[in-house]
Amino acid sequence: MDAQSFHYMRRKFYNLLALSVSVISAGFGIFFLFWILKDVISFGLPALNGSFFTELPAPPGAEGGGLANAIFGTMLITGIATAIGVPSGILAGTYLSEYGRKSRVASVVRFVSDILVSAPSIVVGVFVYALLVKPFGGFSAIAGAVALSIIMLPVVIRTSEEMLKLVPDATREAALALGAPHWKVTVHVVYRGALRGITTGVMLAVARVSGETAPLLFTSFNNSFWNFDMSEPTATLTVTIFNYAMGPYEDWHQKAWGGAFLITAIVLCVTLLSRLIVRRKAA
Amino acid sequence: MTDKIKIKDLNFHYGAKQALKNINLSVKEKEITALIGPSGCGKTTFLRCLNRMHDLYPGNRYEGEIIIDGKNILEKGLDLIKLRSRVGMVFQKPTPFPMSMFENVAFGVKLMGIRKKKEISERVEKALRDSALWDEIKDRLHEPALSLSGGQQQRLCIARAVAVEPEVILMDEPCSALDPVATAKIEDLMTDLKKYYTVVIVTHNMQQAARVSEYTGFFMLGEVVEFDFTRKIFTAPANKLTEDYITGRFG
Repeated sequence: MDAQSFHYMRRKFYNLLALSVSVISAGFGIFFLFWILKDVISFGLPALNGSFFTELPAPPGAEGGGLANAIFGTMLITGIATAIGVPSGILAGTYLSEYGRKSRVASVVRFVSDILVSAPSIVVGVFVYALLVKPFGGFSAIAGAVALSIIMLPVVIRTSEEMLKLVPDATREAALALGAPHWKVTVHVVYRGALRGITTGVMLAVARVSGETAPLLFTSFNNSFWNFDMSEPTATLTVTIFNYAMGPYEDWHQKAWGGAFLITAIVLCVTLLSRLIVRRKAA
Repeated sequence: MTDKIKIKDLNFHYGAKQALKNINLSVKEKEITALIGPSGCGKTTFLRCLNRMHDLYPGNRYEGEIIIDGKNILEKGLDLIKLRSRVGMVFQKPTPFPMSMFENVAFGVKLMGIRKKKEISERVEKALRDSALWDEIKDRLHEPALSLSGGQQQRLCIARAVAVEPEVILMDEPCSALDPVATAKIEDLMTDLKKYYTVVIVTHNMQQAARVSEYTGFFMLGEVVEFDFTRKIFTAPANKLTEDYITGRFG
C-alpha cells in the first residue's frame, strides 16, 4: 500500500468515526426523550379518568379521588403569572427595541434580564417567600403567581425585543415620515409586524413556567381542597406530582403519573401551537 | 414661480463627519426638482434634511437654514410631526406596512384625524386613483400589501404619502429597485403629482432626471456643483464637472 492510498484510507476512517460519534450522541439524547415520553404515557394515561379531572384528592391511604383542584390551581396561577409577566415583559421589550436601543439604561436592563434568565428558579422561589409569604403570614396563590411571573419576565422581554427588532428600520422611518407620532408607529405598525413572533415567545414562556415546581413549593405550597381565595395556599399539578411521587401509596404514584402526563401534554400542545404560528409566518 | 423651499448655507454633520457643505438652492413650488450625482455625494443626506429624518438617530447636526413657506424648519423646538405631515417621503425600497393594502393607505388618512369609516374609504380610493393603482388592486384591497409586486408596492407607498395631503413629496431613488415598465409608471405618476405637490427626487438615473424634472441640482462630495433648469444642465452645463458627469466621463 503506497502513502497516498494510506492517507485516503485514514481520511475515510476519521470521517466514519466522526459520523458515528455524532449519530450515537444524537441517538443517546433522543433515546432518553422517548423513554421519558413512553413512561409518562404508559403509566400516566391509565390514571386518567372522569374523576381525575372532576374530584378532589381522596384522604391519604384511600383509593379514588382526583386532582381537579390542582388542575384548576395550575391554570389559575399560570394565568395570573401570565397576566403580570406578559404585559410588563412586552413593554420592557418595547422599551429596549423602540426607545432605549443603545442607551446605557437599555444595556443594563438587557444585562440584568440575561442574568435573570439563568437564575435558578428555586432562588426566585426563596426571594418571593421573603417578599410575599413571610411578611403576609402564609403561603398564597398570588405569591406563586408572582414567582412564576418573575421567571417569565426575562424570557418575554428578550423575545419581544428580538421580534420587534426584526421589523426593519425602513418601516419605522416610513411611518414617521408620514407624520405619525412615535407611539402610533410602535403600536399600529411595529407591533403588527412582530405580532406572531411575540405570540410564539409568550406561549413558550407560559409553557415553561407551567412546568415549574421549585418556586411554588415556597409560595403557593399545596392544598387538599378547592381554593378560590388568592391569599390562601393553592394546589398545583407540579407540586402535587412532587408530593404524590414521594408518598407511600400506590394510588398516589398513579395520580402523580397522571399529573405528569397532563403537564407534558399541555407543554407539548403549547409548543406545537407556537411552532405552527411560526410556520404560518414563514409561509 | 414661487420658491417653496429655500436652503441657505446648509451644513450637515454625521457626528464628526461633515456630509453637506454650504448648500444653497431653492425648490420651486409645484415643480419637480431632481438631484443627481455620484454615490455618496450627499443627495440622499440632503433630501433627508428636508423632513428632518436625521433627527431619528443621535449625533447628527444641522447648521444653516431650510426655509419652507417663510419658516426655518431647523429651528429648535419645531414640531417634527407637523413638519413630516407637510413634507412626505417615498423611500428607495418600497416600505409597505405589514397590513392590508387598504390599511396601509388608511393609516395615513387616519393620521389626519379622520375617523368616519365612509370618509376613510373615500380618501383611500382617491389616493389610490391618484397613484394609478386603484384599477389594479380594487378587488383585493384587503389582502396583505406584501403580496403586491415591487412596482405596485412603491405606488402604494406613494398613495400612502399622498393620502396625508402633504405639500412637498420627497422621493429617494424611488425607481432604483424597479423594472423599466414599473419605472415608466412611476414617472408618469410624478408628472401627475406635480399639479398638486412640490416634488424633490433623488435619482441615479440621469435620463430620468432629464425626463421628469424642471430643475436639476448636481451634487458632488457634499456640495452643490451646479443648480439650474434641467434642460440647461443637460445641454449647456456651466461647470466642467457637471459636463463630465452627465456625459459619463466619470461617476
